[in-house]
Amino acid sequence: MIPKLDYLSETPSQTAGPYVHIGLIPHQAGFDIFEKPFGHVMAGPDTKGERIRIEGRVLDGLGQPCRDIMLEAWQANAAGRYNHPADRQTDKDPDPTFRGWGRTGTDFGTGLYHFETIKPGPVIGRRGYKPMAPHINLWLVARGINIGLNTRMYFDDETALNDADPVLRMIEPAVRRETLLARRELRDGAVVYVFDIRLQGEPETVFFDV
Amino acid sequence: MVPQNEFIQRDRGQHPPGFTPEYKTSVLRSPRLSLWSLQNSLSEVTGPVYGHEELGPLDHDLILNYAKSGEPIGERTIVHGRVLDENGRGVPNALVEVWQANAGGRYRHKNDTYIAPIDPNFGGCGRAITDQDGRYAFRTIKPGAYPFRNYVNSWRPAHIHFSLSGSGFAQRLITQMYFEGDPLIAKDSILATIPDPAARLRLVALLDLNAAVPLDSLAYRFDIVLRGTRSTVFENKLHGN
Ligand SMILES: [Fe+3]
Repeated sequence: MIPKLDYLSETPSQTAGPYVHIGLIPHQAGFDIFEKPFGHVMAGPDTKGERIRIEGRVLDGLGQPCRDIMLEAWQANAAGRYNHPADRQTDKDPDPTFRGWGRTGTDFGTGLYHFETIKPGPVIGRRGYKPMAPHINLWLVARGINIGLNTRMYFDDETALNDADPVLRMIEPAVRRETLLARRELRDGAVVYVFDIRLQGEPETVFFDV
Repeated sequence: MVPQNEFIQRDRGQHPPGFTPEYKTSVLRSPRLSLWSLQNSLSEVTGPVYGHEELGPLDHDLILNYAKSGEPIGERTIVHGRVLDENGRGVPNALVEVWQANAGGRYRHKNDTYIAPIDPNFGGCGRAITDQDGRYAFRTIKPGAYPFRNYVNSWRPAHIHFSLSGSGFAQRLITQMYFEGDPLIAKDSILATIPDPAARLRLVALLDLNAAVPLDSLAYRFDIVLRGTRSTVFENKLHGN
C-alpha cells in the first residue's frame, strides 16, 4: 500500500433544498428570529459610490423562472477594493461602511431577486494582468442544485474595461461572454442592472469552477 | 499580484455532479455545459468578514431561540465539532448556519405542507461563528424524518442543513449532516447524489457520549472540512499554506 499524504478532503456538498430560506433568510420563510438578519441591502447611507439595484430571474432548462433560489453577492467597493485583509491594494481606499456582501431569494410569486448596492470599481488581476473590469461575484443554491454555482455579473456600459477583462477574454466561444453582462436601465431616475441567469439551455450562463 | 492564500483546486469527485436523475429536481436545474475553470483572483480568495458581536446570545441555541410558551418537544441534542481546512488546521471566524425540521419532521416554512404539526416553540435555525480553533456548537432538538416528492415513497433521513462561510468566497459550502445509525441513510436519494460511498460517510455525525450532558442532552460530533490554501513553495517565497 502506498502511504497517503495527510491532507483532508473537503466535505461533500449537498443541495440546500426547498427550505434554505429558514436558515439563511428566515423572513422569506415566514418568520423573524435573529436580531440582526443578513439581507439584500448591501450599501449603507454613508457608503461611497453609485447606488444601483441589481434585479433578475433565474431560469431553468425549460426557461421557467425558479422561485426558490438563494443568491449571494460578493463585490469590491467603489474604489475596487475588497473589505478583506487579503486585499492589499494600498492605492485604493477601504470603505468601512461597506462589507460588500449580501444575500437574497428569488420571490415565491414573481421569481425576481434583487440587491441594493453600489457599483464596484475595477480590481487588480492575477500576476500583473490588466485590472478586472467591475464585476459582482454571485453564488446560487437551491433545491435541485447539488453544489453551489459560481458566476460573475459584469456591467454592459463598461465596454472598454470588459473588452480588456482577463476573465471575460478567456471564455470561449466569445458569444458566451454576453451571458455575464447585466443590462443598465433607468427606472424613475434610479439605476437598475437587469441580470437573468440561465441554469441550463440556450444561452446557458457561464458558471465557474473557482 | 499573485493573490496570497490561493485555494487548492476543488476535487469535484468528492462532490455530487450537477445532473443526478435519481434526484429528479436536478434534471432541469443543472448546467449542461462544462464549468469554466477560473484561477483564483482577489475576487475568489477574499470573502465577507463577520464579527462575533453580530450574533445574538441565543443564536446558536435552537432550544431557546424561538421558545414562546415553553421549550420545543423532542430529543435534546448537542451538535458540535470543528471547521478545518484541507491542511488540517482549524478555521477561525467561520460563519456556521444551520436549519432543520422539528422533531416531527416539519419545517417552519410557508411552503412546507407536510401533515406533521409545527412546534410553536421551535424556529429551526441557528448560527454561530467558530472560535480560534475552529470549534462550533449548537444545542437543538433532533429533527424527524420527512417525506418528499421524488419517488412516491421517498423519505429523508433525519438531517441538519449546514451552511459554511470561511475566509474566501471560493470556500462557500452548503451540506447536510446525518445521524449515525439512521436506517434511512442507505435509502436516501439526496445522499446518493454523492458518487463515492466513503465521501457520503463523512456526512454522518457520530454519537459522542463524552459531550452529552448527563440527564439533559445527547451529543453528536460533526467536523467539517473547507478548502485549504495552496503552498506556493517555488513562487517567490513560502507563504500561505
Ligand atoms: Fe431538509
